[in-house]
Amino acid sequence: MLSTRLTSELVQFVPEIDSWEKAIKVAAEPLLKKGAIEDKYIEAMIHNVNEFGPYIVLMPKVAMPHARPEDGVKQLGISLMVTEKSVLFNEEKTANIFFVLAANDANNHLVLLQEITEFLSDQEKVDALSVAKNYEDVLKLLGGDLL
Amino acid sequence: MKFLAVCGNGLGTSFMLSLNVNKVLKELNIDGDCKNMDLASAKTEVADYYIGSPEIMDQLQGGGKKTISIVNMVSVAEIKQAIEKHVLGVE
Repeated sequence: MLSTRLTSELVQFVPEIDSWEKAIKVAAEPLLKKGAIEDKYIEAMIHNVNEFGPYIVLMPKVAMPHARPEDGVKQLGISLMVTEKSVLFNEEKTANIFFVLAANDANNHLVLLQEITEFLSDQEKVDALSVAKNYEDVLKLLGGDLL
Repeated sequence: MKFLAVCGNGLGTSFMLSLNVNKVLKELNIDGDCKNMDLASAKTEVADYYIGSPEIMDQLQGGGKKTISIVNMVSVAEIKQAIEKHVLGVE
């Protein structure tokens, strides 16, 4: 489940980041520390946006940086970063919620994605997440219990 | 009717989109199915409609492909409206 997978060390709150490249880097750091991804996965996620455009901004406010399993994923993982100020991708697309997805094969992340899709379909929850200040707020929104 | 949800890598965004497209097709009683795929493969894959973010759809233009651009990948309302417009001709 999303709430059990997103442990506190994988969730960050950051005031402001001045570029989307840096934002992806910072948002992915917990996964790097955990050993779920290699350095090159971060480069791949950035390259992905440079090549295809900011389609990873799934909806207003929300980005889901990701690349391919073979780009340096060691284990399935997800991290979350919420920034106070929005990060600019281009004139039309900005985000302040970053779900970094690391999928280690083409299938086993699908349940996780289904959960994220469901969560993001609820605009009220997305609005609340975009102003979340701490891990407890996030957990409440994801429907998890504090351990 | 064959729909293809497309994104850069064909595993994250396009999968999310395909979930909602299939939901909408069912709601609208359209006999169709949506699969997801990466942009490079989608260029040579035949489908009745290609659906995805505007940046990705721009790169699929040409060859008479029918594309549907979606800004909010998780908005069932936007997807429904777009499919009604493009597929059913409802304005």
